[in-house]
Amino acid sequence: MVGLEHYLTVAAALFVIGIFGLFLNRKNVIIILMSIELMLLAVNINLVAFSSFLNDLVGQIFTLFVLTVAAAEAAIGLAILVSFFRNRGTIDVEDVNVMKG
Amino acid sequence: MDTDLIAASVRASSPEIIVIIGACAALMLSLWPHQDQQKYLTWLSLITILLASAQTLQLSPRPVNIVETTYSGMFVVDAFATYFKMLLYLGTALTILMSGKFLQTEEAVKGEYYVLLLFALAGTMIMVSGADLLIIYIGLELQALSIYVLTGFLKTRGRSVEAALKYVILGAFSSGILLYGLSLIYGLTGSTQLGVLNSALATADLSEPMLILATVFLLVGLLFKIGAVPFHMWVPDIYEGAPTPITAYLSVASKTAAFAVLLRVFMGSLIGLEPLWSSGLAAIAVATMALGSLVALVQDNIKRLLAYSSISHVGFLLLGIIAGTTSGMSAILLYLLIYTFMTLGLFAIVILLHRDVRAGEPLTLFSGLAQSHAGLAFMAMIFLFSLAGIPPTGGFFAKFYVLVALIDAGHVTLAVIAVLLSAVAAWFYLRLIMLIYIQPAEPTTGSTAAPATGPTGHARAAILLSAPMRLVLLFSFSGTVLSGIFPAWFLAMARQASLSGLGN
Repeated sequence: MVGLEHYLTVAAALFVIGIFGLFLNRKNVIIILMSIELMLLAVNINLVAFSSFLNDLVGQIFTLFVLTVAAAEAAIGLAILVSFFRNRGTIDVEDVNVMKG
Repeated sequence: MDTDLIAASVRASSPEIIVIIGACAALMLSLWPHQDQQKYLTWLSLITILLASAQTLQLSPRPVNIVETTYSGMFVVDAFATYFKMLLYLGTALTILMSGKFLQTEEAVKGEYYVLLLFALAGTMIMVSGADLLIIYIGLELQALSIYVLTGFLKTRGRSVEAALKYVILGAFSSGILLYGLSLIYGLTGSTQLGVLNSALATADLSEPMLILATVFLLVGLLFKIGAVPFHMWVPDIYEGAPTPITAYLSVASKTAAFAVLLRVFMGSLIGLEPLWSSGLAAIAVATMALGSLVALVQDNIKRLLAYSSISHVGFLLLGIIAGTTSGMSAILLYLLIYTFMTLGLFAIVILLHRDVRAGEPLTLFSGLAQSHAGLAFMAMIFLFSLAGIPPTGGFFAKFYVLVALIDAGHVTLAVIAVLLSAVAAWFYLRLIMLIYIQPAEPTTGSTAAPATGPTGHARAAILLSAPMRLVLLFSFSGTVLSGIFPAWFLAMARQASLSGLGN
């Protein structure tokens, strides 16, 4: 029987994979954007699982909003990436370093 | 009956609706090719903000402790939200006024700039009025997405685009963390409404690991947005790379709205969980003040310096939350108002001295300002005194009331640390004042970068004070000075706003 905790475990695992992908990746900015998407999807699994467990629709509505916002975020992220590429000619993570932070 | 409810909801959110309609109108106007387009857009945006603020004032609750909840409990109109909205109108209007000249120097005059600023304003307004985690999240993202684009608005400048890329990545990451916290809170309580959370969490078992995890994620997500240590690493880079008016907007309006959410969620709904977060928050506040003040000492770029200065101000503001009392909250509200005046004033002066993004903004821009422009130099000195918290100015009272609230709540050690660290912070503001008044202007400073366009020296004579810039300086200067002379009046306003009990 698949219970709530199974869904939560999958979501937590995806979330942690997303965080690791963000920080350990030294190669490509697109992979960073994919990692962020993974984190948001983990949140969505959490919300839907809770929603079905609690018999409450709010969680699923929240998920729809998160999906929409994530799409907008990805669009803007990629647009900025394109304009970064036009300036710099590369999208390697090591090259995002004109300003030291 | 349903139509009555809908009408009441629309009426309560009419300021937001006005701002969004204004933004759409500006979007259409920006497609109309005309040589005075920028002037019309500025006027349109300012009129939109004026209309919205008139509507907000008209809707403001009388007496102040009335809380009007609409959209099935998702949206509140109370004195707290009204105060924050007025603060956001002020910050955005002054940002729009100081943008005109900057965009012309950078040859980046585009209508979308004003449209995006208005959308960002709508997002921040929704944040401060949200009484549901879903609405707060939507407002936060509307604001953030507009600001991502504005940060990278100077498309041909590498630093601007790089800052935008970093901001998108770290902003989305922090939203992810925040959302994970929200989803856990929803799972634990079965609701996203702040009022329901409050009663559900009042009896919660504080040792439950899920609850601890949810609180930590929520707190980390919000601390990311306000730029507290150790989640501050994005602040200096993005402040340096973003167009200067947007940097001003980020350090004032975005931060104000994020603080409103932090106050509403943590001092309103999660106050039952205080034992979980108060000691951690105290450590973060001290670390934020310490790092902000110490690292600012070694900066040589004016925008990076202001970034670290804003980090140390965030540390001070967090102390008001730790005090946890109504007086602590009104101290924060007052602080944010005075901070808006003095920061925008200083940024206006940075924009006036600005030559070109490629030359950067070295501290030496300020050197010898007193000889060429005594009036500007005097204003800069008052803003810097205020940021440092030196008595006759508003900045002193902002810090003073936070310290009073802190001592009243029994946190004497924290208050002593705060005073010591703000003495350190005063040093780098005084260093700037020394540059302005003592150091002569050096025409040679530009020689390392580009001799032809030396950023200081002879070129200095060309500072032209346009009417909008005068207005910005007038507003921010009188705000800084008046709040220093009549602090009680400003405090009374902030106290009224914090008495509304945060909609619970």
